[in-house]
Amino acid sequence: MHDMSAHVTQHAPPTSFIRKHIFSLDHKVIGKQYYGMALLAAVAGMFLSWLMRIHLGWTNYAIPGLELLSKNGAPGNVMTPEFYLQLMTMHATIMVFFVLTTAPFAAFGNYFLPIQVGAEDMPFPHFNMMSFWVTFAGFLVLMSSFFVPDGPTLGGWTQYAPLSAVGKVSGPGQGTGVILWATSITLFCVGQLLGALNFITTTLDMRTRGMSMWRLPLSAWGWFITSCMGLTAFAVLMPACILLILDHVAGTSFFVPANLVINDQLQPHSGGSTLLWQHLFWFFGHPEVYIAIVPGMGMVSHVLITNMRKPMLSHRVLVYSMGALAVLSYMVYGHHMFVSGMNPVSSLAFSFPTLVITIPSTILVLIWLGSLYGAKLRINTASLFALGFVSMFISGGVSGFFLAQPSTDIMLHATYFVVGHFHMVMGVAAMFGIFAGTYFWFPKMFGRMMNETLGKLHFWLSFVGAYCIFMPFHYLGLAGNVRRYQAFVNDYTLRLIPVHRFITVAALCTGAAQLIFLYNLIHSRFWGEPATDNPWQGTSLEWSTPTTPPPHNNFGDKLPEVFHDPYQYGVEGSTGDYVMQTSPEQIKGAIDEA
Amino acid sequence: MAKLVAVTIVVIAIISAIPILRHTWWMAEDISTHGAPIDEQMSETMAEAGISFLASQILLAYFIWRFSGSRPGEKIKHLPGGAKAMVWAAILLVGTEVMALGIFGTKAWATIYFTPPAADAMPIQVQAGQFAFYFRYPGPDGKFGPTHPDLINEGTQNFFGLDQDHDPDSKDDIVTAEMAIPINHEIHLLMHAKDVGHSFFVPELRVQQDFVPGLDLSLHFTATKIGRYEIVCTQLCGLGHYNMKAYLSVKSQSDFDDWLKKQAAQQ
Repeated sequence: MHDMSAHVTQHAPPTSFIRKHIFSLDHKVIGKQYYGMALLAAVAGMFLSWLMRIHLGWTNYAIPGLELLSKNGAPGNVMTPEFYLQLMTMHATIMVFFVLTTAPFAAFGNYFLPIQVGAEDMPFPHFNMMSFWVTFAGFLVLMSSFFVPDGPTLGGWTQYAPLSAVGKVSGPGQGTGVILWATSITLFCVGQLLGALNFITTTLDMRTRGMSMWRLPLSAWGWFITSCMGLTAFAVLMPACILLILDHVAGTSFFVPANLVINDQLQPHSGGSTLLWQHLFWFFGHPEVYIAIVPGMGMVSHVLITNMRKPMLSHRVLVYSMGALAVLSYMVYGHHMFVSGMNPVSSLAFSFPTLVITIPSTILVLIWLGSLYGAKLRINTASLFALGFVSMFISGGVSGFFLAQPSTDIMLHATYFVVGHFHMVMGVAAMFGIFAGTYFWFPKMFGRMMNETLGKLHFWLSFVGAYCIFMPFHYLGLAGNVRRYQAFVNDYTLRLIPVHRFITVAALCTGAAQLIFLYNLIHSRFWGEPATDNPWQGTSLEWSTPTTPPPHNNFGDKLPEVFHDPYQYGVEGSTGDYVMQTSPEQIKGAIDEA
Repeated sequence: MAKLVAVTIVVIAIISAIPILRHTWWMAEDISTHGAPIDEQMSETMAEAGISFLASQILLAYFIWRFSGSRPGEKIKHLPGGAKAMVWAAILLVGTEVMALGIFGTKAWATIYFTPPAADAMPIQVQAGQFAFYFRYPGPDGKFGPTHPDLINEGTQNFFGLDQDHDPDSKDDIVTAEMAIPINHEIHLLMHAKDVGHSFFVPELRVQQDFVPGLDLSLHFTATKIGRYEIVCTQLCGLGHYNMKAYLSVKSQSDFDDWLKKQAAQQ
């Protein structure tokens, strides 16, 4: 634990614009940089999804201006099949890596983890700065693939070999596009590994006096558990991507077996394994689902508690459940490979932990629900998105039962059912976590309140819209509608086209609703109502900073001392129905889990 | 606003469940001998997941309705039983559900994958390549000739790379672009990927299996209903993935024999 009696300033406040706003060592600036990048990526990813949805609803529709994005990919503004797949791959890669991982984990975690543990910064500020800039470089490399002759890769965010490993002979974008993709993800992994190291060390070594591990808020626990997952998951994906690059540029055959014939040409490869890529990818890929959602669980719990004015039924059970999800996430990855050709006994071995992982998930949901009992729930935009998160997590979670079993997966694998499942549970739920965090912490980050009326409008359109988009995906999957098709030419999918058109309209409307959020964000940043230091009457350390936004070293001259568990609500204190972690006052009847 | 949120959640939950209950969009009719346990497993899972979904959403809605607002004079309350009750509920309810699904699901899986094909199962080889399936029947000698990847040439329609001049077993092999099978006769499908990963999905047959380059796999199944069904690729294989399909014709034994003779004559 950090001893604040020997309080040493880690780095002096920057004086130049570049050191203050660009190459900053301050975790708060880096957090905001991550948020800005995630916002940019989200806009790009959502724009691509609009184009895809329009194409799926009306396949031959000429989208005005599409030719500007790619002359070859959209002759006459009509999307070609390969361009659809390229947009799909980019949408997924941008969203999974550069939005769902960076926003809830790297952005909010960077900003608030050091403050919530009572530190003035992370222990390795230079690594932290490098983490962002390497990640941003990865984003630029990925986006640059739009500007190479063949365009981006079309192989999907999973980049299954050998499609991804044999080069441009297998399709447009499969040469340079794949190399750029793999380079981008390698850089991303380096960035996140540096970030994870910092997060873990911050949590373990930088806590202020009195801040035991059990006194950490649930959001801090979410980031800590996620960083442990990130350290092991990204460490596997990174070498896998490097091997993939070598298959392209060094003549190796890590993922390509012998005797492949493409365009009547026998390929000059031998000795590789296509399933090796799948194992390496999913060993990262399934923990990645939890890397996207566990920070949301922590943040949503934090937001809900503050707005319920009472603690969760059990702080520890929530932490143990998030930890159980993290551990089990490595044992379940094979459920992505039930029909991949791996030994059918392995399918059963992977099925069991996949079913078991529903137990900690259910405990989390029941704790959230049970904690609402007897609460004095405040309805504001942050709490609405937090409640929306719980609803989405339930909806996306129950469809996991089907995909956890090899026998039912036979009918649903690679269909829209899977698309509906993961969009709800790791897409929309995680996004709702990000929105809850944004509306909740914006006042602390920028010193101004966001507009609540616009926020609530944003919630309603997003909540209803998300259900209109993603619930029908499950029906399409049950009817056998295969994913990653640019048009529905199968006899049995023709009757599903009206459903696709309904989804497209819903997606366009829900996407448009996000513009309200963007407007609110930008407008409030400059013209919002000034925020007080503790607008939600919170108890954790981010609400104890001497100024809002916090000063360069977070707590001024002296690091805070912590006296209580993070969530002393519903108790009589000098400030009302809550007692802050930094308040030395005794609380009658408080149960201190520390 | 809390009440509106609660009502919206319940309305969404109910509307979401209606198409499932009415089977508005549902799985195609099963035409396989092994499909019944899969369908049963699907129904059981749907019942359990459906109950969990509705109960959780309704409970969420009720608590939002009941416990929102400052309600002066009312004290904060805690759920009787606390976290321990929630943990036990999750372990018992979901644990039982998980065990049941796991055990019955294993049985359904075992009926497909842990039984060898019958001795008289008809072997058919299927080769997947960008963006078509081709099928090979062994002909009267009952033997498949060896394949030579370097001889594969779509221009000369040598899809499998057969050397009929030098390999006697290849001479009577019958290669087709459509798959026909006799009804009620077990098929032993030998799967080979020519180039990249593909998949063999026939929803009516309750069969989905990837083609893995470098690893030949096999499947066995019996169709029980005459008709024409689509075989579709479900593994992203390139720009023509969406259009990679073939037809499976389930015929009576005599119709199948006639079809095969006709195909042999066209080789």
